[in-house]
Parts: sequence; structure tokens; C-alpha cells
Amino acid sequence: MTRYLPFPLLSLGLMVIWLLMNQTLAPAHILLGATLGVIGGRLLHKLQLPPTGFKRPVAAARLAARVFADIARSNVAVARIILLPKTRNASSGFVDISLRMRSPYGLACLACIITAAPGTCWVDYDPNKNLLRIHVLDLIDEQAWKATVTHRYETLLMEIFE
Amino acid sequence: MMIDADLPLWLATLIALCLLVGAALSLTGSIGLLRLKTFFERIHSPTLATSYGTAGVVLASILYFSALQSRLVVHELLIGLFVTLTTPVTLMVLARAVLHRDRYGDKTRAPGDERRSTTKR
Repeated sequence: MTRYLPFPLLSLGLMVIWLLMNQTLAPAHILLGATLGVIGGRLLHKLQLPPTGFKRPVAAARLAARVFADIARSNVAVARIILLPKTRNASSGFVDISLRMRSPYGLACLACIITAAPGTCWVDYDPNKNLLRIHVLDLIDEQAWKATVTHRYETLLMEIFE
Repeated sequence: MMIDADLPLWLATLIALCLLVGAALSLTGSIGLLRLKTFFERIHSPTLATSYGTAGVVLASILYFSALQSRLVVHELLIGLFVTLTTPVTLMVLARAVLHRDRYGDKTRAPGDERRSTTKR
């Protein structure tokens, strides 16, 4: 099992993507997708990645819901800044946040979340000091952004990956 | 593709709404690229198009073709997946390249030394 499918979830995901792209459930395509999944998993195994430690699907769902809501809110906020620049009362700037999380997968997820949300962008990360620097378009309160990242995202991500 | 007259009004309205919201967000993102002044401000505006701009259009497409073909058409979700996974990589590479230029370039100051970016392009 672990020899042929070192990453079963990833292999399954690859097969599902293949079937979705071809929009079919024909046996031939299932076989092809499964082959793709096995090859993909084994290639990834060659990279000798650390285990993901993913264990809390419920926490992951809660995080996803939170992120979707936050992205909706920041979409509106950024659209307002662009379309009504006169109403803007803050300028942009950098925020340095010291993190507790060390898991590379958690950090990758955090990077995707921060960058995917309009108005914030992951700029730099210092692994020695575990210090993250983000750029915020509408920087009113630096402390509020630090609290958002650490309390809203980091704690849940640590629950999921650590 | 012909417009199906059998589509119920509420569904057609919903699809049109999704499509318009998605398109409006994408357009706003593009306007932002023109309007915002510095690089680090501009880097935020395309994310409008890649987050709910894409989501709106994808949702409209899923609803429309699912109703038209009377089956669940969801392969558009892959567009959302790929866009969400690839955009952060592009933006981070861009941001770090500019950070590097600001730090080691001869004209502008490093963002680390200044709270506000003075990057001009």
C-alpha cells in the first residue's frame, strides 16, 4: 500500500481531476486516471517530502468557510478602494508578524490564503526568526492584522497540520 | 450556443447575476492595475479577478450548463482550483523580485527600512 500509494489522497485527487477534465466515468478513463495517480504519487515520493500530518478534516472545513467569507469581504473592500479612491482613509504598508507555526504545509496554506485574499499579499518569510512579512493595501491598524493572521488562520492551521 | 428559452426566469436571473458580479470584479481588478500608484498596491488588484471574479463566472457556467444539459456539470471547478493554486505562486515570485530589487538596487530603499513602500515604476 505505502509502496505503491505513498500519498493516497493525492493519487485519488489526481484521478478525480483527470475524470473531471474528461467528463467521463468510462472504465478506460478510470484506469488511465488511476495510473496517473499512482505515477504522480510515486514521483512525489521521490522528492522525499516530510509527512503532511493532516488529521483534522473538520477544522479544515471550518478554515475553508472562514477563508471564503473573508475573501468575499476583502473583495468588496478592495473594489471600493479602486473605484472610490477618495473615500480611502489609510495608506498601504508592510506588517511583520511573528509566527508560531513551523509546518511547511501549514505555511504553504497560509501563503495561499493571504495571497488569494485581495488586499493582503505574502511578501517575505524568514525561517530563522519565523517572521512573516505581508503587504496590506488598506493598513489602518497593524495590530488588527497581526491578530487576524495569528488567531483566525494560524491557530486553525496548527490544529490541522501540527 | 443558443439561448434556451426554457430556462426558468429565476434561474436565468441568478446566472446573469453571477456572471455580472464576476465580470464586474474582474474589470475592477484591471482598473486597479491602472489606478493604483505603487507596485505593492498594484499587486492586490488582480486578486479580485482571480478570487471571486473567477468564482462568479465559474458558478454561472456551472448553473447554466447544468440546467441546459439536465445533469451536474462541474468540471469548471477545476478552473477555480488551478487559478487559486497558481496565482499565489506568481504573485509571490513578483513580490520577492521587487523586494530584491528594492533591497539591492541602487535607487529605491528597501521596504524593510521604511514602513511605506516608495517603489515607483
